[in-house]
This record gives sequence, C-alpha cells and structure tokens, in this order.
Amino acid sequence: MSTNTEQKPTTFIGGAANYLDERLSLGGVLKNFGRKVFPDHWSFMLGEVAMYSFVVLLISGTFLTFFYQPSMASVHYEGSYAPLKGAEMSIAYASSLDISFDIRGGLLMRQVHHWAALLFVAAAGLHMLRVFFTGAFRKPRELNWLVGFFLFLAAMGGGFTGYSLPDDLLSGNGLRIIDGMLKAIPFIGPSISSGLFGGEFPGDEIVARLYSLHIMIIPALIIVLLAVHLMMVIIHKHTHYSGPGKTDENVVGFPLMPVYVAKAGGFFFLVFGVLMAIAATFTINPIWNYGPYDPSPVSAGTQPDWYIGWLDGALRLAPSRMDVELLGVVLPFGVLLPLVISLAFLAVVAAYPFIEKWVTGDDREHHVLDRPRNAPTRTGIGAAGVVFYAVLWAGASTDLIATNFQMNLNQVLTSMQILLIIGPVIAFWVTKRACIALQRKDREIALHGRETGRVVRLPHGEYIEVHEQVDKYELWKLVDFKDYQPTLARPNAQGKITLGSKIRAALSSFYFEDRIAPVSKAEYELAHADHSPAPSVEKPKRKPRELVGKK
Amino acid sequence: MRRRPWAIGFVIFLGLVLSGGGYAAATNVVQAEVSSADQVAEGRKLFLANCASCHGSNGEGAIGGPSLIGVGAASVDFQVGTGRMPGQASGPQLYKKPVQFTEEQISAMAAYVASLAPGPAIPDAEYLKTTGDDIDMTHGSELFRINCAMCHNAVGAGGALTQGKFAPALGGVTEKHIYEAMVTGPQNMPVFNDANLTPEDKRDIIAYLKYVEEADSVGGYELASIGPVAEGLFVWIFGLGFIIAITVWLGAKAN
Repeated sequence: MSTNTEQKPTTFIGGAANYLDERLSLGGVLKNFGRKVFPDHWSFMLGEVAMYSFVVLLISGTFLTFFYQPSMASVHYEGSYAPLKGAEMSIAYASSLDISFDIRGGLLMRQVHHWAALLFVAAAGLHMLRVFFTGAFRKPRELNWLVGFFLFLAAMGGGFTGYSLPDDLLSGNGLRIIDGMLKAIPFIGPSISSGLFGGEFPGDEIVARLYSLHIMIIPALIIVLLAVHLMMVIIHKHTHYSGPGKTDENVVGFPLMPVYVAKAGGFFFLVFGVLMAIAATFTINPIWNYGPYDPSPVSAGTQPDWYIGWLDGALRLAPSRMDVELLGVVLPFGVLLPLVISLAFLAVVAAYPFIEKWVTGDDREHHVLDRPRNAPTRTGIGAAGVVFYAVLWAGASTDLIATNFQMNLNQVLTSMQILLIIGPVIAFWVTKRACIALQRKDREIALHGRETGRVVRLPHGEYIEVHEQVDKYELWKLVDFKDYQPTLARPNAQGKITLGSKIRAALSSFYFEDRIAPVSKAEYELAHADHSPAPSVEKPKRKPRELVGKK
Repeated sequence: MRRRPWAIGFVIFLGLVLSGGGYAAATNVVQAEVSSADQVAEGRKLFLANCASCHGSNGEGAIGGPSLIGVGAASVDFQVGTGRMPGQASGPQLYKKPVQFTEEQISAMAAYVASLAPGPAIPDAEYLKTTGDDIDMTHGSELFRINCAMCHNAVGAGGALTQGKFAPALGGVTEKHIYEAMVTGPQNMPVFNDANLTPEDKRDIIAYLKYVEEADSVGGYELASIGPVAEGLFVWIFGLGFIIAITVWLGAKAN
C-alpha cells in the first residue's frame, strides 16, 4: 500500500485479536461462521441439549476413568460401606464403590455422569421426533437424518456399555439378557456369545472389553458423527418455520456472532447447572444396594436404563413357548421375534425419509418446515411409531406397574400385548383425523376469519356475526404448505406397469387420498369479494372477551 | 422263614417313628412356649369371636380359611400383628391394614393356637437385635440377595408375583415380624426354617434390612428405590421438562 492507513488496535483484546488474525487469518473464518444465521425457536434447541449433555459426559467421564479399574479379578471389599465389608467382589465393583464412598466428589461425578447419559439420549430422541414431525428430514437433509439415527444408536450403545461397567448385580443381570439374546441367534449365536464374553458367561473379560468400547470406540464414534452432523447443518443451513419472508431459498434468524455464541454458551451452562442440581439431590443407580454380581441371584425390579427399556419390553411382551426345532437346532422365537421386530422398527426409522421421498416423488429442496397438521399421514405414522415404542417401553416395567398400582401382573402383560398391536392403529387414525380437522379449521379461518362472537344488526335489518380477518402474517402461516396429490401407477418405457409402481401408487393414495388443499389465491379473493366491503359499523367501546389479551 | 403277622405292623410303626421323629429333630420345630391356662382360655374366646368363622371352631380350617393346627404362635403374631388378619376381603393376597387387637389379645390368640399343636414360636429377642459384634451384615446382605431379593427387590422395595400376588415392601416392618415371616412363610412366601437359614442367618438378614432402612441415603433422594424405571421417568418428566421450559424461555426472547 502506498499510503499508510493501517490502524493499530489500542485495546488489549483488540491487540490480541489482531495478533492472532495476522498469524492465523482467523478473521476470514470468523467472518464466514460468525455471519451464519440460525432461526430462533425453542424446538431447535433440543439437539443442543443432547450435545451439551454429551460434553458433561466427557468431563465427568474423564474424572471417573482416573479411579475406575476395569478388572474382574476378585478382591475382598475393604471400603467404608458397612453391609459389604469383607464381601468378595470384582475389582471393577470395588473401585466403583470406592468412587461412590471413598473418593471426594466421586459420587457426585458418578451421578452427574449417569443423569447426563439419561438426558443425552432423551434429548436426542426428542430432537429426532421434532425433526420427524416437522419434515426436516426432507431433501437435502436425508443423509443427516441417517447420521442422526446412527448417533442415537451410538448413544444407546454408549449408555449400555457404561451401565454394565460397575459389575453390580443389576448390570450383570442386564448382560445376562444380552448373552441370552446372542445365544438365541440360530447357528452362530453361541459362538458370538463366547467370543464376546471370552468363554462361557460371565467369564472374566467382559468388563475390560466393554470399558474399551465405552471410553474409546463409542465416544470417538459419537464425536465423529456429531462433527459430520453439525457440518451438514452448516452446509444445508438451518430450516425455519413457515412465516412471511421465510422461503425455501433463505433462512431467517440471528447471526451466530454475537447472538448465538452468547445464547448457546449460556444455554450450555444452564443445562450443566440443571444436571449438577439433579445429580446433587437425586440418587441414581445406587450400585451399593444391588451388591456384587453373582450369576445366581436376580433382584425384583431389574430393569435397564430407559433407552434400552423398549428392547426389554419387547422380550417381556413376546409370547413364550414358541420354540421350534429345525435341523437339530432349537429356534427360540420368544427371543428371536422381539429381536427381529426391534431391528425392523429401527430399519423403518432409518429409511423413513427415503420411503417418503419415493412415495411423493418430490425432488425439490425443502427448507421451510411443515406444521405437523399439514402432513396428516406422516404425522399419523409418527404417532403410531411413538405409541408402538411407548408400549414396548412401558412393557419393561410391567412388574412395577403391577405392584405400584395393585394390579394383576398377568393382566397388565396381556393388556400391553393387545395394546402393542391395536394402539398404533388407533393412534394413526386419531392423529390423522385430528390433523385433517385442524387443516379444515385453518382453511376456514383463512377464508372467513375468526368468529368473534359479536353479532351486529346492519341498517337494513340483517343480522351478521362479525368475523375478524387474520392479518397477512398470520394468513401466510395458514396457507403456506405444499399440496401433494395421489399419483397413479403409470406404465414405463416398455409399456408395462411394474409391481414397484403399483406399490408406489397404493402408498401414494394411502398418503394423499384424504387431503385438504391450501387456500388458493382465487378462493381467497372469491371469499372476500362475496361479503366485502366489511360491514362499516361502529365498534363497541369494550372489546369482546375473546379478543382481550391477544396481541 | 415265616414272619409273624404283627412283624410287618411293627416295622411300619418303627419306620414312622424314626422318620417322623427324625424330621421333627431335623427341622428343629420350636416347642410352644409355656403359657398360662388363663391366657389360652382368653385366646380361645377371642378366636371363637373373630377367627372361627373361617378357620373352624377348633382351628381345624373351614371354607375360606386354612387349618391353623401346627402353624404356631409366630404365625398368629405375624398375621394378626401386621393387620393382615382378620382378612378384609378374599383375593390373591391379603393386604396390610391397621392392627385390630392389642398386644395382650394377640399374645392370647397366639398362645391358644400354639396350644393346638407345636409350631414355630415367637422368636427370642437375641435374634432380633440389629447391632452387636457378632452380627455379620455382609453375610446378611448376601443371604438376602440370594434368598429374598428376587421377590422383595435388592433393598426390600417389594415386587410383583403372578396373578395379582406380590412380595410386599419390607420398609417399616418390625424385626420380629420379619423373623416370623421367614419361619412361617405367610401367604405366598416360602418357609425358611432353621435348617435352611439358621436363627443367626435370619438375624444377619434383619440387621442388613434395618441398616438399609435406617441409614441416610448417600446419594440424595432415593426415588422409592425401584431402580432405573423411576430414574427414566424422572429424567423425562422433570429433567427434560425443566430443560424444555428453559428452551421455551430462551426461544421466546426473539418474539
């Protein structure tokens, strides 16, 4: 430069920033990322909650690794918990007890780690439901749905391997079930089991192996998937809810710098704080109550953590006595059936965006989210899935439902078996009809406005009810959605109607046969040409009750 | 050689005496305590007024009630002392309810039932203490996990059995009643006689249960000690519920 116009920063922070920028060109990066726009809505923060819980898991987990010893060698407990003094147990269990009783802050760390794990999977699950019900998985985000799905599986795996590490009676019972499920797989099951456990269950290897998975492989997997997940969010940009000025070509919201950096940073500490408060006041997994693992006893009320509950429920709800002997091998369908059904359920969850895209044939990019009511069939399917999962989940606590509500265990079980089959069907139809009814209401409001309950008499004697027209901003929300119509099975180039296209046509009519079209411009104008101009009567001084408090 | 006709009868008699006597010795049935005739008479009066309609006027059992011959004083003390008897309604299992008799009345009925035939007696105080050098709580907790936890849960929070039956929660049950339940096996519970669990074993189990009940919770509120189900419900309803309230608050600022 010929003229010296360069300004030197005068403040300390300015100086430091300039020092870094001159050496690392951080300015460009910040400019790029700092201006990234994110829309603001509470439901967009659920994934964030999962991520912050994961950060808490990493911090507390690191502390725990300093003191935990993943060995199944036997010792006599000499710590401070009186009812186990002198008891024979594994080093893993003894070190977990030491963390709980003899290491300062250890119990708090154990509890915050466990509560954070429960919250991590719960927030991730709720985030998945939000993405599903708003159609955020549509093009271009199908692959990110898959990444998220695998993140959820990895979270479940991380949780289960962690649950098994203390080597107490509860977690040992859980591992025994895994062992049983593995052994139920025909032909190869027993080999898989003995490979995993290093011989016959329980062996003396499993804790160390689960430890490697829990502190190394699974966290690494989660970090990598999380990075990909977030990178895709940046590539795709965030979705936004329908509203004036919000289209599939833009994103409306606030920039990362400084709004979201401050907001998200503060939110992390709120999540951390809530978790710490819970961990400091509520016991979780009191391993000292369960005692050291021993293959013979099983305690009543033995359940896995909540995210594995639906699998446990599937096992409990499956009818027993369904063993079939084939070629000298017993196929225990009481175990295989739940295994197959759970895997099929997961497969449908993973494949859903691709299925829906195939049915609609919609190749457009979608950045404006659907209101759940505007996709009645999808919302119905989602509700059916939620009910199916919830019944399996509740199935894991049949014994507790029976004792705590003084009911008959067998009847609880039978009711759940029936509910598992008819519940999703009922949920589908009720939800779909509710969505269509809400769409009808929206249409009515868009065309004729809200009923105010105010009846006026016109000068020529006619009585009318005054309808309050919604403003343009509100109107946009009511009419801005895509209308799909059922497609017909069409012949291909060879003039044949393939089975695939028949299935697709059938699914398409299943999806879109019952539909409410958005209000078109012509309809809107017609509706307003009919009884406009609006009645020019003097407004009453006092607002009608329905309107008070709005806006 | 020709046997005399009574020889077979004698051999059968001998066999019965030996096996019966041997069984009685082996199972170590505690003889009924010596009670005064007055107490027995008083107990019989109470029995006739309150129990005989189901258990028969001589405790021989009737429609709706089993025979009480040989159940011993411990059984009466447990059933009446915890309010389970007189039964409120028939069903898969009787529930606890407020006790309807005074200590003296219960002792009188126990003495009467014990006078019908020998059976388990009300335990001595030495097996009901929960502190002392000879008590091995580690042993008690291990025995509890092996013998009791599958129905009563690892810390005695209770659990479900089939067809409406259940293993009740053990919190708040007196030492004496726990001991009596073990020796008499009330309702759906198996009997743990002295050959199975010695009186010292029973004492250790009771000491463990009392420790669990009375010790301060180290980790904070215990959520009823029913394990991961309560924890899962808690995290969804209160944990995530509270966090969602925060997200709504953060999201609302923009509007």
